[in-house]
Amino acid sequence: MGYPHQPHPRETLVLSKHFGEGDARSLDGWKKRGGYKALETALGMDPVAIQNVVKESGLRGRGGAGFPTGLKWSFMKIGDGKPHYLCCNADESEPGTFKDREIMRWTPHALIEGVAIGAHAIGAENAYIYIRGEFTEPIAVMEAALVEARNAGVVGKNAMGSGKTVNVWVHRGAGAYICGEETALMNSIEGRRGNPRIKPPFPAVAGLFGKPTTINNVETLTAVPHILNHGADWYKKMSRPDNPKSTGTKLWSVCGNIQRPGNYEVEMGFPFGEFLNDVCGGAPQGRTIKAVIPGGCSVPIITREEAERAVMDYEGMMAVGTMLGSAGCIVIDSAQSMPRQIARLARFYAHESCAQCTQCREGTAWTTKILERIVAGDGTAEDLDTLLEIGENMTGKTICVLSDSCATPVSSGLAKFRHEFEALIKTKTVHAVPAVVA
Amino acid sequence: MADTPTVNLTIEGRPVAVAPGTTILEAAKSAGVLIPHYCYHPGLPVAGVCRMCLVEVEKFPKLAPSCATAVAEGQVVHVHSEKAREARKGVLEMLLINHPLDCPICDQSGECELQDYTYQEGRKDSRYREPKRFNPADDFGGDVLYVQNRCILCTRCVRFMDDVAHDAVLNVSERGDRAFIGKFEGKDLTHPWAANVVDLCPVGALLSKDFLNKARAWELDRTASVCTGCSQGCNIIVETRDNTVMRLRPRSNESVNQFFMCDHGRGNYRWLNRRDRLESPSILGANGHSTVDWEVALEGAARVLKGKRVFVLASPNLSNEALYLLARIVRKSGGVGAYRVPQGAVAPLPGVDDLALRADRAANATGAKLLGFTRSESPLELMQPGDALIVADQDLSEAEGAAVARASAIVVVGTAMPANLTRADIILPIANIVEEEGTLTNLRGRVQRFLQAKATPGMARPSWYVLADLLAALGERAEYFAAADAFAALAASEPAFAGLSFEALGLRGLPVVDAAQFAGAAT
Repeated sequence: MGYPHQPHPRETLVLSKHFGEGDARSLDGWKKRGGYKALETALGMDPVAIQNVVKESGLRGRGGAGFPTGLKWSFMKIGDGKPHYLCCNADESEPGTFKDREIMRWTPHALIEGVAIGAHAIGAENAYIYIRGEFTEPIAVMEAALVEARNAGVVGKNAMGSGKTVNVWVHRGAGAYICGEETALMNSIEGRRGNPRIKPPFPAVAGLFGKPTTINNVETLTAVPHILNHGADWYKKMSRPDNPKSTGTKLWSVCGNIQRPGNYEVEMGFPFGEFLNDVCGGAPQGRTIKAVIPGGCSVPIITREEAERAVMDYEGMMAVGTMLGSAGCIVIDSAQSMPRQIARLARFYAHESCAQCTQCREGTAWTTKILERIVAGDGTAEDLDTLLEIGENMTGKTICVLSDSCATPVSSGLAKFRHEFEALIKTKTVHAVPAVVA
Repeated sequence: MADTPTVNLTIEGRPVAVAPGTTILEAAKSAGVLIPHYCYHPGLPVAGVCRMCLVEVEKFPKLAPSCATAVAEGQVVHVHSEKAREARKGVLEMLLINHPLDCPICDQSGECELQDYTYQEGRKDSRYREPKRFNPADDFGGDVLYVQNRCILCTRCVRFMDDVAHDAVLNVSERGDRAFIGKFEGKDLTHPWAANVVDLCPVGALLSKDFLNKARAWELDRTASVCTGCSQGCNIIVETRDNTVMRLRPRSNESVNQFFMCDHGRGNYRWLNRRDRLESPSILGANGHSTVDWEVALEGAARVLKGKRVFVLASPNLSNEALYLLARIVRKSGGVGAYRVPQGAVAPLPGVDDLALRADRAANATGAKLLGFTRSESPLELMQPGDALIVADQDLSEAEGAAVARASAIVVVGTAMPANLTRADIILPIANIVEEEGTLTNLRGRVQRFLQAKATPGMARPSWYVLADLLAALGERAEYFAAADAFAALAASEPAFAGLSFEALGLRGLPVVDAAQFAGAAT
């Protein structure tokens, strides 16, 4: 099994350094590459000391929210006498995001190491890796690696001879996008319907099985061993000199109308224009990039111009009115119909809404129906304002942000490409499906 | 006394002081401000899913679900701000996307919260132009019908079955706008408390098959009462139309039944409408029974009872007032009062402490005991030859029917002719429990009032009225002009009821003096 593309010289390979190297999947292969040294170090450290190193590094959650990881860990009260849990969120289900899958496929022990360090850092003896059920290959790879790690005493009781217990379990999801939401994920592990929970209480107070819990993304946890091995300063240096809030490297999943789709790892603050046009090869021949959804399909859509002047970190994306999110970058070229693309996104959210909150359950479906009617050449001028008003009703009013995630691409798409919707409504034509690009 | 800690906040400009941990929704209620809501119910765990109760809290970045947000010191809450009203309007519009506007045929019409709130603050029109979803109705088993088209997925029913009934038959199936309330494969809604989901449903999605198409909400008169299905004494509302009881529903009382009643009690109303009622006093003569005036009948009854030991076979469903007056007749003659309590299977509601359908299927066995009546499986064995017998609203078994031949005289004080009783010298017709006022004492010694819900048929009179007149005819002083007077006399002479009055009881009831003696094992 080979890796689909060669690394670009402008990439900074930290997490993805061993992608494509088959023997990196085995315990021996991982140890040969310096694996589990960080875990050994961590198990000899005080949990708070680990938290401080991670805080110092500036690592932020790579699942989308961007919350400082060390700070999140420090919410767990070490020694409070309660069982603590760590959940690794590997339910990567957002269209356009496929970075965690690759980490698990190629470097499963990197994740196990990160999970074990994270568990120790929050005083948890049990950690769950919650993997999207459709990830059959990553699940098989992770489970095989876990068996190796358990048999070698890397995890489990007396992990690496430290006297500490760190049990790691793989929990396979049943195929619901919402289970990637942290509280729904906990419900799912507990065997209940994957519905988000009202916060407060926050998971750090009452999470999995009602006990203090931390949820981290695969990429976040995988970065931790590197930070312990090389130090917080090394990690911090990978940032814009004028922006210390976004540090380290970031894996970007790039898909859509782009010459070289795939996963790319670049330092925070990398120029987005260069990334799209050089690292990823730009739009297919004869076309130009029209729009980009840079952070997984729930973030605001930006135009090519906005993308080309952006830099690739949390603040850089906010500066052009969007978000870094999970860095699942969807590229849309000039041959595509924005109404069609946006209708497709809305349909996804309508299908995946957990149905708890009224605005989400009904709003996502209503939005989809209107968009599909417009795409079918049966839209009216009033539909566009209605879409915006529905979106307004769907934003900031529900338990989780799935509803907002549906409204965001619609409202941003309408703000930037309203003319395409209007043209479709005016001409009452059904937009032709563009040919597949070779 | 230690100071009770309170949190002070302002809701709609009104200062409110409530206990810490109170939700904004409950705090608003205490201040007289109703925050519209669907999924919230005080008897269920908070779900916070309908998003109807969003309110604006100063300094909060977003609107807050008032059902799930605890009060905080100094908080300023706006329920009717433009932002909050717009959010509610949005929720209502979305709830009506697939909800059919079939109010004219919906059983919930007139008491539908979706109808009420839409009228109150919804949009005048809908912007929804797409075809509505349609799904067939589903028979959930038991007494419950599910009309999916009307369901707003508030999940009250699911939470009731999960968290209160502890019988997780219901679930939310599917996702998105395809979601519906489903039943677990092969299971039906046959839990003995399942019909509460009908009351809990804020719209017309869950309906009682028994009540289906029987009456409209606005045609019904509602009266506070107490269930007679067992000794629990659940507080209920009797709903009547045209002098007929149409249905019974629970009335909240946190000390007895919280918000619920069992299906047995709920269905136990048809006897209240029975048509074969005793409607006029009568005396047995040479040519059979003949209708007479009340004075004649009472004089006749006094005549056959005087000078004899009186044995009273009483129904444990009679009011405290009736039992008290019967007990006075018993005491005066040196006789015996006895009762038999029908038995049935116990069916607890696990999520509520001390709430169950009790084995004792009678409402006032405790009152009868406190008032000196003897409980017996075969009460007539206590009757001596030559005793005069009063059968007070009590049926007899076939064997007992024969045994009463030993009685020197038989007086029936009842709503209908007792089963298996072939002879009665005097018949004194009385009102049934929904036709008079009075009190009942539940298994924990809680004395609770019931009110008159419908008219008494024919010449029948309230039981306390008839028995007071009978006592007077027997030469006792018993001048009562209202049920409250009879109860006042009871409270004055019976130590267990000391200090109680109709006024003090209110509609929630109070325990008897030594109620602790009833706190033990349930019966």
